[in-house]
Parts: sequence; structure tokens; C-alpha cells
Amino acid sequence: MYPIILLSVLGIVTLFLGFSKSKNVLLPSTLVFLIIALVGNFVEWNQGPLLYFYDMFRVDNLSLAFNGIVLASAFMIVAISGGFQNDADSEPAEYYALMLLSLVGAIMMIGFQHMIMLFIGVEILSVAMYVLTGSNKRNLRSNEAALKYLLMGAFATGFMLFGMTLIYGATGSFNLSQIQAYVTITNAATPSYLLYAGLLLLLIGMLFKVSAAPFHFWTPDVYEGAPTIFTAFMSTIVKTAGFAALYRLLDSTFAGAYDFWWLALAVIAVLTLLVGNIGAAGQNSFKRMMAYSGISHAGYLLIAVTAISQPSQGAIVFYSIAYSLATICAFAVLLLVSHEKANNEQLGEDYDAFNGLAKRNPLLAFVMTVSMLSLAGIPLTAGFWGKFMVFSSAADRGIIWITVIAVLMSTVGIYYYFRVIMASYLKEGDLAEIRVAPMFKAVMVFATVLTILFGLAPGLFEGLI
Amino acid sequence: MLTLILILLPLAAGIITLLSGAQLAKKIALVSGLAILATAVYAWLQFDPAAGTQFSYQYNWLSNGSILFSGGMDGISLVLVLLTTFLTPLIILSAFKHDYKNSPTFYALILFMESALVGVFTATDAFLFYLFFEAALIPVYFLAAVWGGEHRLKVTLKFFIYTIFGSLFMLVALVYLYFQTPGAHSSQISALYALELSAQAQGLIFWAFFIAFAIKMPLFPFHTWQPDTYTESPTPATMLLSGIMLKMGVYGLIRLLLPIVPDGLAQWGMVAMILSVIGIIYGSIIAIQQSDMKRLIAYSSFAHVGLMAAGVFSVSTNGLQGALIQMLAHGINVVGLFFIIDIIYQRTKTRYLDQLGGISQVSPQLSILFMILLLGSVALPLTNGFVGEFLLLSSVFHYDNWLGAVAGLTIILGSVYMLRLFQKSMFGPISKWVEGFQDLTLSEKAVLLPLVVMVFWIGIYPNTFLKITEPAVHQLLTLVK
Repeated sequence: MYPIILLSVLGIVTLFLGFSKSKNVLLPSTLVFLIIALVGNFVEWNQGPLLYFYDMFRVDNLSLAFNGIVLASAFMIVAISGGFQNDADSEPAEYYALMLLSLVGAIMMIGFQHMIMLFIGVEILSVAMYVLTGSNKRNLRSNEAALKYLLMGAFATGFMLFGMTLIYGATGSFNLSQIQAYVTITNAATPSYLLYAGLLLLLIGMLFKVSAAPFHFWTPDVYEGAPTIFTAFMSTIVKTAGFAALYRLLDSTFAGAYDFWWLALAVIAVLTLLVGNIGAAGQNSFKRMMAYSGISHAGYLLIAVTAISQPSQGAIVFYSIAYSLATICAFAVLLLVSHEKANNEQLGEDYDAFNGLAKRNPLLAFVMTVSMLSLAGIPLTAGFWGKFMVFSSAADRGIIWITVIAVLMSTVGIYYYFRVIMASYLKEGDLAEIRVAPMFKAVMVFATVLTILFGLAPGLFEGLI
Repeated sequence: MLTLILILLPLAAGIITLLSGAQLAKKIALVSGLAILATAVYAWLQFDPAAGTQFSYQYNWLSNGSILFSGGMDGISLVLVLLTTFLTPLIILSAFKHDYKNSPTFYALILFMESALVGVFTATDAFLFYLFFEAALIPVYFLAAVWGGEHRLKVTLKFFIYTIFGSLFMLVALVYLYFQTPGAHSSQISALYALELSAQAQGLIFWAFFIAFAIKMPLFPFHTWQPDTYTESPTPATMLLSGIMLKMGVYGLIRLLLPIVPDGLAQWGMVAMILSVIGIIYGSIIAIQQSDMKRLIAYSSFAHVGLMAAGVFSVSTNGLQGALIQMLAHGINVVGLFFIIDIIYQRTKTRYLDQLGGISQVSPQLSILFMILLLGSVALPLTNGFVGEFLLLSSVFHYDNWLGAVAGLTIILGSVYMLRLFQKSMFGPISKWVEGFQDLTLSEKAVLLPLVVMVFWIGIYPNTFLKITEPAVHQLLTLVK
């Protein structure tokens, strides 16, 4: 609960800091604010399930862990934003304020106990994202992406709201525990189709946010159009918060209706895996590939959500950590490389941009390799254990066929992730050295070390939860 | 504990090599390779064949003790660890003549590979086995992709995707098996042995394992990655692939497939056997046609591994013992042969048989050593190949007379392609490519002589090694039956 209050206040403080002449103060102060929020978050660790705001918001260790992932990801992303010093048109104070405030939305989505809270959280997060996507005002693609995201997002929110009303109609409540009681007792006796329709509509809205197929069409365009730093923000934080919300909804509240929704979700998971992996294989732009790879990872996470078995919870948390670390590293390297390759019209965001990276800067090449291996789920990286836990959760539920499909698709994944590794080690490119700011270096080294550490000793993470 | 040291030592040595300068790197790599060999030999001296799994280590890894970071050596493991640690320093030494760019990384990757290979052969936890099984791919992928030949990009990507594809099925099977274990679940390989599975499940798991290991070895028809990868890789990587990594597949068959799914084997063993035998004949016939020496050895390796697999699928003492001794022999021969081809290639800049000839006249030492290794590969009595091949063929013959007869053709076909190789390269008039050919240098002899000694040692007194593996093999066979 503390981070919600802290971030709301500090977000507004950041806006006021924007009035000061020196723009250099913004980046460090935002980082400090995020640390304060992180500390505030873990104050309530192990204090058991607590309910706030008239039982609308719930705090337990799981939601605190998700908050931790979201806040730490935000910290790393802010650290590699470099203060937006390169762009004369940028408005750093507003960007940072929006990022901080959007985190409030993410935390509400993670800890909601009341449908209204979920709705407000989704909206706070999404509206901030619409704005940040279009923040590159003079770029056509950025504007197009923002508009597309806004229109599609508004549509999805409509579905979600409609779903909530139907659920309210069926159960007479917005509160998750009361809905749960209805689902397990009344609905089990006489199934209510109003409730099922509501649940489906609600799921459609949520699945749109985590870019699951067939609600994924916005993702590649928006990811490509948005400034890279906000793409990183979107692909990690929105996804983690979205899955936390989905899990909260399906794990306990709608567990009673498992027989109704599991097959629908399983089909969507398979579809997402197919679309994400096959789509990514055909891309030439690294950023679009990462968009499709984001879709495919949503597919893996959906497997864990579909299974809702004993290992699911750990699987989702661990997978989110592994995915966020690797994605942030990948986008950090892309930021550095594309900036070097940029000319007037087009940013250098194709695979070619990585050619010869190992010679230009071995550290960047190594970071990129580890991050790609982790996303591909190769052993010795955190990504492998993420996949392992996801497969375990499905196997525990006895759905083996879905893991077979997931396995086939992760082989496809190796193809496009390795294109980056091959470009950086095996192809010739420019020889200009890339200068890396200390802050970048620190973030990348930290994330890479964690990726390898979790890859060698995944038990460490279990100690944390 | 000794096992863990054998895994960590190459890892540490690799990191030191990585951080050292270009001149120092190869020396550090070689010295540490020898030190690791000494450790392995020490383990051998301490080893008691009758006492089962020894030198164990065990740590909690995941899920509060149901998935363990644990390993140890029984006879089967020990023999393969000895092979790995014996070949690695020789492979490092064989690379000395080359001037590889970024040599610290190159040698470090070889040592990382050794660490992963020892890990595979000693893991007693199924997931740890899987982890090392995959981890071994990463160093060898980079070795092949960075230092390889012209078409390396395509070839190595195919290799990587193909092999990972196979092992992912094993991962699904292992996850399934893990959740079948009673109570709080356990992924110890011995716990998986104890499972009672339905016939249908056994059939499916059989195929999941079979595909994983068949791709790795490779068996017909999963071999299409192999000749290209062997040819395009730099010779040290080819040696690692053929000398040691291929054994991971055979080891997997012995360690996981046979004891976990005996009923699956009863259902499908014949199919697997036929595929193995097809591989023997098919590989040999293609080898006869080759003019690129490296490709020829690649196909011969494919044929040999088919025979090893056939022996394993026969599920008999002779078959398993033969496969184990043949793994040693094949590792030694193939590394030697690839090295000799590399020597010839460095001096003449060609690997094509049509362009070579008359090397025996300018380089008698080379041709003598070549002959010995080659005869080992052809399985002449008193050389290392004979023992294994004899045991293997007798086991296949017991399994099915007809299959045995067909597999027996390997003796004839093997000598055809090997002797053709020898004749075309060593005899005849001196070709213009061969002019000015130097005889062996000291470091080259230092690689070849230990290999030749081992050819005779295993050929004349195979009991040294058979005796180590025998109790472990018997124990395994009682599990299967």
C-alpha cells in the first residue's frame, strides 16, 4: 500500500522538479524516488494478507513480489534512460512523472481485491503508456503507434468494463472474495451464463493488455513506433502487472469455474505461442522481433496461468523476473547500438545494427548473448528455469500436449534469437567503438549477473519467496 | 567430492585462461588440462568397481531438496570421465600449431566444454544431467561458429537448433517423470528407475529419449547435421564433437533410456535396432564415396556410432560392455585421425584425396602412426577397435541373426573406406601438393604417441577398463530385467 501513496506524491514532486533550471537533477531524483518506493514496498513483507481502502486492495507476499519486480524493472529502465539529454524536444520531467504515476496503476493491478480497483489500475497504466508511446512528437511512427494503441486499448477496456458489469449482474458484487464465494457455491450448483459471458469479456480485455493472440495486432507497431526506452517499459512492466492481475483473477476467484475457462485459455496460449514465434522468425527489425518475442513469452506465461497448479505461482514470478532482466538488457544494448547507427530518417534498429558488435564492444556483445540465450531458454540462464517451471506447472496439472507445442515453438525461438548472436560475433560491421555510460554498464552487468546466477542456482529465488 | 572437483577445475581453469594473455593462454590451458587428467587418474586409482556410485556430492538445488545438485561416479561414468580428461589436453595440444584469433577465448571454451562433459557423465540427478547435456552445446557452438570454415553460420545454426530440438523432448519426458515420482517428488535418476509406468507412457517416453539421444549421436535418419558440422568446424571442435560429445548420446541411452523404460524398449527396440544397423551400412557406403578426408571420417564416425547403439539396444552384457569399450576406442581413434588430417591439411592446404598422394615417402613417421590409428578404427585384432567391435557384433548377432549378419558387413566396408583413404593419401606418386612435406614435429608427436599407446593398451589388455565397468553394467541389466 505504501508504494501507491509514495509514488503518487513523488510523481507530482517530479513534475514540480521539472520547473527547476537544471535538468540534471531529474534522473537521480527519480532513481531515489524509486528506491524509496521499493523500500516502502517491502516494509509490509511477511505481514500476512492485509486489506486496505475498504477491502478494495490486498497486500500479500505474492503481490509484494510482483511489486518488487515492477519497481526494480522501472528502476533499471530509468537508469538507462540517460536523462533524455540527447533529444532537444524531450520533456524529461513529464516522462519521469508519467512513469512513476503509471507504476501506481501497475501496483493497483497487482493487488486489486475489487474490480473497480482493477479497472482504475489498468486505466492509469494504459493512459500513461499511450502518452509515452507518442512522446516522440515529431516522429510519424511514434504518433501512429500512440493513436493505434489508444484506439485499440480503449476498445479492449470497453470489453473489460462490460465483462465486469456482467459479473456484477451475476454475483451482485465487485469484491473478489464475494465473487469467489458465488463461483464456488451458487455457480457450481446452477451455472450462470451471465457470469461466464462476463468472465470471457473480462479475459479478453486483460489478454489484450498482455498482448496474447488473437488480441496482439497492436503490439509490433506500437513497440516499433514507441521510443525504445518506453518500449522496454511497456514490454516488462505492463506484462508483469497484466499477468499478476490475470493470475489473481483466475487462481482463487474463478478457480471454481476452471472447467469452463481452462480450455479457452489453453487454446489462446497455443495460438499466442504460434503467432509470437512464427511472427518473430520473419522479422528484419530487431525491435519488431522483440515485440513478437514478447507475444511468445506471453504464451509461455499463459501456460502457467492455464495450469493453475501448485508450481504456477513460482513459475509466473520467476518467469517474469527472467524475462524482465533479459528484455531490459536487450533494449539497453539496442539503445546504445541504434543510437550509433541512427541517421536522419530512420533509427538503426535492424539486425544489421548488431553486426560486428563483439569487436566494437565485447561487453555489450556478451550482455546481448546472455540476454538472448535467456530469452531462448537455454540452460545456465534464468530463462531456462523459467521455462522449466512453466512446463512443470503444466505437467503437474497433467496437460502434457501443451508443453510439447511449447517445446516445438521454443526451438523456433532459438532461430531468431541466435540471429542477433550471430550478427554480433560472426559478421563484420563498423569498427567504431561504442562508449557506454557507467550507469548503463552497471545496469547491464547487474542484470546479466543475476540472469546467470539464477540460471545456476534457481534455489536462491525460492529462498526469497 | 572428487567428482565436483573434476567439474569445477576445468571451469576455473577456463576462467583463468579467458583472462590471460594470448601467449600464456595455451600454456595455462594445457597445464590445467594435464592437472585435471591427473585428478581423474587419481580418482581411478581410488576407485572400487564393486562399490557402486562413489565420490558423490549433493546439494539442495530447487524445490527444497526434491531437485538436487548431485553427482557421483560408477564404473560407466568413470570410464567416460577418463576418456574426456585424457582427450582434452591432447585436443588443446593439437591446436598449438594454429594461430587462432582470440586464442584465450578459444582455449577457455574447450575447458568449459570439458567441465560440462564431465558434468553430464557424472550427474545423478536427471535435471542436472539435462542441464549439462545442453550446456555442453554452448561452448562447442561458439567454437564452431567463430573459428569454423566458410559456411559455418548456416551449418552451426542448423546443428544447434537440431540438437536442442531433440533434447527439449527429453526435458518434457523428464518433467513428466518427475511428477510421476511419489510423495514430494524426486528427480534423482535412481528414483526414476523405480517408477512403474504404463505401457503407453513408456512407449512415448522411449521416443522422447530416443530422439534426443539419436540426434546427438547421431543415428540414421537424424544425422543430417553431422557431416557438415564436422567438416566446417575447426579441428579441435570436430574432435570434441566426435571424440566426446557423441558419447553423451550413447551414455544417455545406457543411463536413462534402458533402465527407465524397459517396456518401451521391448515395444520399440527392434525399430531402434534396425535404424542403428541401417546407419552402420549407410554411413559406410557414403564414406566410401567421399573425397574430402574430413567428411570421410565424419561418415565413418556415424557408422561406428550406429554399431554402438545397436549393442546398447541389444540389452546384453556383451552389448553394453562392447559399447563402453568401443566408446573409448572410437574417441581415441577419431581424435587421432582428425588430427592427422589436420596436419596434412595444414601442410598441403588440401583435404581432397584426388590431390594427395605419396605422403609416406616424404613422411614415414606420420604414415606409420596414421596406419596404426587407422587399423584401430578398422578393428584389426590387437588394436582397440577389435575388442569393442567383436563384443558388439556378437551381441547384435544374439539379438537377431539377420541383423547381426548385416551389421557384420561393417568389418568389410570399414576396411574398404579406411584403406582407400590410406592408399590414396599415403601411397602413389608424390603429388604437387605434397612437395616439401615436413615430417612430424615434436608437439605433434606428443599428441599422437599417447593415442597410439592407448590403441595398443586397449587392444591387448582391455580388461583394465572392462573390469571397471562390469559391476555397473550388471547392476544396470538387473534393473532392466
